[in-house]
Amino acid sequence: MFPIIEARFLAPDVKFFRVTAPRIARKQRPGQFVIVRLHEKGERIPLTIAGSDPFDGSIVLIVQGVGKTTRLMNRLERGDAIADVVGPLGFPSHIAKFGTVAVIGGGVGIAIGYPVARALKEAGNRIVTIIGARERAQVILEDAVRAVSDEAYVTTDDGSYGEPGLVTHRLEKLLAAGFRPDLVHAVGPVPMMRAVAELTRPLNIRTMVSVNSIMVDGTGMCGGCRVLVNGENKFACADGPEFDAHALNFDVLALRNAQYRQAERASLQRFEEHPEADLALVRGSCGLDAAEQALAALDAIQARDVG
Amino acid sequence: MNPLSKKERLQIARQEMPQADALKRAGNFAEVNLGFDPARALEESKRCLECAKPACSAGCPVGVDVPAFIDLVRAGDYRGAAAKIREANVLPAITGRVCPQEEACEGGCLLQKKYGSLAIGHLERFVADEERRTGDLGLPPRQPPTGRKVAIVGSGPAGLAAAGDLVQKGHAVTVFEALHEVGGVLIYGIPSFRLPRDIVRGEVENLRRMGVEFQTNVVVGRTVTIDELFGEGYDAVFVATGAGLPHFLGVPGEQLNGVYSANEWLTRVNLMSASRFPDYDEPVFDCRGRDVAVVGGGNTALDGIRTALRLGARKAYIIYRRSEKEMPARVEEVRHAKEEGVELMTLVNPVEFIGDTQGNLTAVRCVRMQLGEPDDSGRRRPMPVPGSEFTMPISLAIIAAGTSANPTVQQTTPDLITRKGGYIVADTESLRTSKRGVFAGGDIVTGGATVILAMGAGRRAARAIDDYLASGAWTVEPAAAAV
Repeated sequence: MFPIIEARFLAPDVKFFRVTAPRIARKQRPGQFVIVRLHEKGERIPLTIAGSDPFDGSIVLIVQGVGKTTRLMNRLERGDAIADVVGPLGFPSHIAKFGTVAVIGGGVGIAIGYPVARALKEAGNRIVTIIGARERAQVILEDAVRAVSDEAYVTTDDGSYGEPGLVTHRLEKLLAAGFRPDLVHAVGPVPMMRAVAELTRPLNIRTMVSVNSIMVDGTGMCGGCRVLVNGENKFACADGPEFDAHALNFDVLALRNAQYRQAERASLQRFEEHPEADLALVRGSCGLDAAEQALAALDAIQARDVG
Repeated sequence: MNPLSKKERLQIARQEMPQADALKRAGNFAEVNLGFDPARALEESKRCLECAKPACSAGCPVGVDVPAFIDLVRAGDYRGAAAKIREANVLPAITGRVCPQEEACEGGCLLQKKYGSLAIGHLERFVADEERRTGDLGLPPRQPPTGRKVAIVGSGPAGLAAAGDLVQKGHAVTVFEALHEVGGVLIYGIPSFRLPRDIVRGEVENLRRMGVEFQTNVVVGRTVTIDELFGEGYDAVFVATGAGLPHFLGVPGEQLNGVYSANEWLTRVNLMSASRFPDYDEPVFDCRGRDVAVVGGGNTALDGIRTALRLGARKAYIIYRRSEKEMPARVEEVRHAKEEGVELMTLVNPVEFIGDTQGNLTAVRCVRMQLGEPDDSGRRRPMPVPGSEFTMPISLAIIAAGTSANPTVQQTTPDLITRKGGYIVADTESLRTSKRGVFAGGDIVTGGATVILAMGAGRRAARAIDDYLASGAWTVEPAAAAV
């Protein structure tokens, strides 16, 4: 069991979690992910690790509630526990001194982009970030992002905050003004990542995207997360999750990500009608003990740090 | 000793395994083979000729003392029989179901040619099932603790067999599993109509009772490296990560929705219980009333297509590029599949998957094949027949064209020498790798094989690890150094 030691909303449907997972906390690097299964009947879904604290052995997960499992997860609180968390999986982002790096995060994508931006900043790069959301309430991690950026831009689709429009509009303007980063790192919805790729392709600017394929095991065993890169099968879990945006076939990614849409919809509807059934599965007897122990351990660490 | 004369023994017919009705069973996931009852087991056990040099034991990859356990069955001492088997094979309920006995123990039986070999597999299964039914466990004794720690990477058949042997020798054994449930291919791969989940869980529980510790959700190579395991105080590591990476065919259209690897198809249904969606969350392609084809001729291909039938497929095809004779699947499995309504399309090979604008599979384009000269595997090489292409409408295609080495451990253990395909190089007998204290065995060394061969490797690893822990000596085997 993996106890949740902190849970709070960053935006109406986006929740920040700290989860006790000491082995993963010690090992994780920016860009890697975990596979999570919330309870014994749950599905396995990949979630990118947004950060970790090796001292208290916790990892940070930032979760947008879109499907059944993420909506269920966003109902969990401090003191609940997750049945299975495995990782860190996938290759870490390539962190080196490139020069200037543009980090672009669409929606909750910045939860992945932020730790990468921070690591790239620490590696001596000049960081230009563009984060975007539908509306003001959906803008997350702005302060954290600004703290690691040399330049930062915020866009909202409805213009309720920052610049009106999409992150790609801002990128387009920068490129038109002669901005030529050495690397673009973009994470967000597939159409956004595709649009970024199309902007940088003619300028030959190296562009990396992190794909959100459907996965089961996350270790290369099932091949369900396969994507086409330069016309070749690659597994997002074992070969990715980051790929060269100019070599990636976004059409295939979008179609494959839609393959369970009907089932996903049915599952979500069933959950929204009776969320208590799944919450009971998460809060089965053994989970609470583990969570309480972890919280006690955490309190001990904090007491020690304060002392 | 068997009181019957040889002549009397030969007069008893081989006892048939009772089976669920083919048409009924094709609609559910209950076990196909129903098992012997004590009367049938007794009759069968009387057939053993008690050879002076038993070919059955010699043919068993883990060396079960077959005549001894058969004799205990005949005497009605089922618990004793289970304990006898477990000295060599810690998973009798599993091997009694999925071992290809016709190629191993039963293959050498003197009765085979004229009378049909002794049903050793069925008796093994009977003993294990009796043990489970009565709760009277035949667990072998454990030697006093040695204070040495062994890490086993992977909880499939090789890892479990090694764990069972090492724990009996008094070592502290921890098995690390990447998935959330212990069992490896026994849990995610083999369907419950051949190997019920509870049987696997029961055998794992027995290993736990014997003292084996299991840690799930640990991907060795990612969560913790081999070097870190030594840092945590483990004295030896056995890598048994299997050949888990699925092959695709490399033909156009494989990205279409409705094209699965057999691994994904079986994992969703077996490990994740997708057949019980939406009560369980994981979805899988809804093949009710649809036409399904599996590409491949091995046991995995048959598992895949029989699973599709159970999930409501209308037509169920096996597409195999050679002829039925060359199919690597067990004869019993092919027979079961045909009884259930699976159609074999042999000497056929897919050349393209065809889809609609939504990216959904609608058909497969195939070419007919003919057999040419024998290839490296000794089987006749299939060659396409020019101009014989045809298109067949299907909604679901499952690719069971083999697997290759899972690279995770090797990627993060640079001093572990691998060969072509990413398989770990290890000495055949000692299973020592190029890295001190690290042993490897099962599919990660040999490539995809059978449960019992992996268990055999697990046993050899246990013996080699026990020797190494006692002597501390490590010489690089020429085989491991050369490749």
